[in-house]
Amino acid sequence: MLRILKAGLALLITLTLTWVLNTKQGDIPPVGKLLSPYRGFWQNGETAEASEEPLTLKLPGLHQPVRVRFDDRRVPHIFAENEHDLYYAQGYLTAHDRLWQMEFMTRVAAGRISEVVGPKALEYDRFQRRMGLAYGAENSVRSMLQDPTTRVVLESYSEGVNAYINSLAPKDYPFEYKLLDYAPEPWQPLKCALLLKLMAWDLSGRSDDLRLSNILSKYGPAVVNDLFPDYPNRTDAIVPTGSPLNFKPLQVPVAPPSFQAALSDKVPAREPDAELGSNNFAVAGSRSASGLPILANDPHLQLNLPSIWYQIQMVAPGVNVYGVTIPGAPAVIIGFNENVAWGVTNVGGDVLDWYQLKFKDNHMREYWHDGRWKSIRRVVERIVVRGQPDRLDTVLYTHHGPIVYDREEKVFNKQTPIRHAMRWTAHDGANEVLAFYRLNRARTYQDYSAALKTYSSPAQNFIFASNQNDIAIRPNGHFPLKWQDQGKFILDGTDKAYDWQGWIPMEQNPHVENPARGFVSSANQPSAGLDYPYYLGWDYAPSDRGHRINERLAKMQHATPDSLRLLQNDNLDVNARLMLPWMLETMAGTKMTDQKYALPASTSPEGAAMQVLNRWDYQYEANAVAASIFELWYTNLVDRLWQDDFGAKATGLEMRYPSQDRTNRLLLSQSMGARFGTVPASPWIDDRTTPKRENAHDLLAASLHFAVDSLTRKFGPQGPKWAWSNQKSTDINHLANLPGFGRMDIDCAGSRGSVNATGPRNGPSWRMVVALGPQVKAYGIFPGGQSGNPASAYYDDMIETWRLGQLDELVFLRAADENHPRLQSAWRMESSK
Amino acid sequence: MKSFALLTLLILVFCGLGQLLLPWWCIVPICFLLAAWRGASGGLAFLAGLLGAGLSWWVPAIWLHQYGVARLAARLAMLLPLGGNAGLLLLLSGLIAGIVGGLAALSGAWGRQALAPKATSVSIQ
Repeated sequence: MLRILKAGLALLITLTLTWVLNTKQGDIPPVGKLLSPYRGFWQNGETAEASEEPLTLKLPGLHQPVRVRFDDRRVPHIFAENEHDLYYAQGYLTAHDRLWQMEFMTRVAAGRISEVVGPKALEYDRFQRRMGLAYGAENSVRSMLQDPTTRVVLESYSEGVNAYINSLAPKDYPFEYKLLDYAPEPWQPLKCALLLKLMAWDLSGRSDDLRLSNILSKYGPAVVNDLFPDYPNRTDAIVPTGSPLNFKPLQVPVAPPSFQAALSDKVPAREPDAELGSNNFAVAGSRSASGLPILANDPHLQLNLPSIWYQIQMVAPGVNVYGVTIPGAPAVIIGFNENVAWGVTNVGGDVLDWYQLKFKDNHMREYWHDGRWKSIRRVVERIVVRGQPDRLDTVLYTHHGPIVYDREEKVFNKQTPIRHAMRWTAHDGANEVLAFYRLNRARTYQDYSAALKTYSSPAQNFIFASNQNDIAIRPNGHFPLKWQDQGKFILDGTDKAYDWQGWIPMEQNPHVENPARGFVSSANQPSAGLDYPYYLGWDYAPSDRGHRINERLAKMQHATPDSLRLLQNDNLDVNARLMLPWMLETMAGTKMTDQKYALPASTSPEGAAMQVLNRWDYQYEANAVAASIFELWYTNLVDRLWQDDFGAKATGLEMRYPSQDRTNRLLLSQSMGARFGTVPASPWIDDRTTPKRENAHDLLAASLHFAVDSLTRKFGPQGPKWAWSNQKSTDINHLANLPGFGRMDIDCAGSRGSVNATGPRNGPSWRMVVALGPQVKAYGIFPGGQSGNPASAYYDDMIETWRLGQLDELVFLRAADENHPRLQSAWRMESSK
Repeated sequence: MKSFALLTLLILVFCGLGQLLLPWWCIVPICFLLAAWRGASGGLAFLAGLLGAGLSWWVPAIWLHQYGVARLAARLAMLLPLGGNAGLLLLLSGLIAGIVGGLAALSGAWGRQALAPKATSVSIQ
């Protein structure tokens, strides 16, 4: 009996252990499955020799044979005989290198992460669904599939992705599927649209309407006009004042009398990063050594592995295009062909507004609009949660858009429940894929202009150059026709006059072609000068990068691709150049104001810091100690200036700080600083939370102490360890934040305010320079690699070149059998039937 | 001793072949049945299962490690966390199969002893 018990117990332990090792336990992967050399991660290896072997693939559904050649960065160069096969091959090859990434991103967009990781992502999923990303994607995919051209593109691309997925046995699944223990699902055109909506969210999903409304309620219109003026700096607008306006503007709707929104704390919990930005610029032939234009682009996005971009060359009758694509979306997004090149940066225009609603009762089935009760559409979202029953979540839709809230709501007025509906251009259907399809085939300026007409969201500054010596830029997208400041604050959702009344006609979007100054550029600053007849938004990124780019382009003669590359790597910080002299001067005080201050002793840490700052050239070089000190000093100064007036902790309200431009103006000319001793100090300088009345010197001394103290705690006494690259610590994380799968602490220069906008997590995600000519020549790099397989040598092989600010020459082939020293292997794809 | 070596070899061969077609946990019935069939003392059966099933992972893992999976193994060893030591991950992998295989073989041997105690002495000869 004892023996049977013993044997039974041993068997029970064996079976339990086996079950545990075969099952995902919370965040712990199914170790047995994962570590098995037969089906686990050991099967995901990739040898250099294998990737050089020629290969013939038999694939279902191809119409004609396709040839693919790979260069030494593993960039595929596709040669197809027809459009179907071209996009089929793009889908297949992208999936081959990036399947997990493209599928994971569409799950993020659709709010389906809980299916993979369980209940911890539930709130995230709810939020994505409430923002209506999938709703927008469904609207877009409908219009994309209605168009015969993009229908072929999307369906062929999906067919290619599915051909790859179907070729996989579980042992072949990309590593992340094994780690997270799930399987890929079939691809559909909707997923392509979801990816584009995710980009729209990252690039146009921020809105300060609720914060501004709170500021308006607390401080009144005079303070809003003073501290939050409509884009204060338009001198460096993308389409400068004086550019010809070759159209007759529409009548803008009349502004209704002002509406005071109720106080609200319902700021969306997850907003995209404010510091995503980009640069693009092009010089005309008059400024280049070759006599033909050169174009550059570097979009700044969150830096991840696998990289957000995937390089590809796509050739078929009528098209030969090279550039970067977003894995999961067809066509080239930023690139060039034999005749033209184009690139994009984000437009900061206001395309997302909030409407305060009035409901009939607490059941929220009807809302008041235009003099009557209108019914609310209820959409039930079913969220699949791994290891738990499905969750249901009801999202309410008005004619404006979805009612988004994702925090427990504090209702300020219990009689009328107040919620906000969101109106956003990305919810509307549009055919962005058609715009890229046409850009890929553009030959002239006219083709470029025509291509952009179907592009709606996220609005981008499309820069252009051609070998016919044309350069142009067009802040392009669907912009609502607004009265001045419409949507700067929360809008009245009961009154029809507050609805969006129409659209700015696409051909009347700001644009400039071949300006006399011989260059065009953009860096997320205001789109148009003062003479542009429409209101696009009130707040844009600081003009620092734009200002620096224009300053250098204006001096550029006989430019070569290397001149533009060097400008992409410019580390000068315009903000430091403007503010540091004042900061150092004010530390000492001046005779003019009879206020002299004893400087910190040169032996003190603050004194030593000031000596380094005095010698600094405002360059955010990797080894610059002064950059680390300035960055902390200035940031903390701004905090000390505003946190008592606009910080959530001091005021109990969600608000925001005035812009960098306005803050600097206040410090330079309204702070009783050294240069303007006679102007009385602005009351904002004082810290309300202390009985003492602070002046600018007090704030400066305290923030300098803070900066020096923080660096000393982190790195020890002042020395080479205070180098900017240590303080900044640029990290490229794995998309799922897996430790060991990213690249940490990259020793590189640049800062959020310099043209080389490399921050702790964001930075130039693709740098490209294209020299147009009889034979186009292009250069590019991104901080990652072509392969998404962490076992591959091509997973992160481009990071070092990127870190050094260098570019690869891009291999642009004209024929499938062209000889090129950097070509390594060739694949042939044939129909399996 | 000879029968121990034979049992180990049988476990290794059958586990290796079995896992080419079946999920990794097929080592459990394989070790259990082989140990029950061949018989052995509990300790030797466990050891044979540990070595046989363990080797059925160590051998292919070492081979694959030479062929392009080294980078990934090092990264995974950071994640798990094993300090980025791929060798340790390799050791651990085989040990997991080994312990499962060993326990299954132990259960098999004990099961046989419980149900047919006399047969044990026969097979040991």
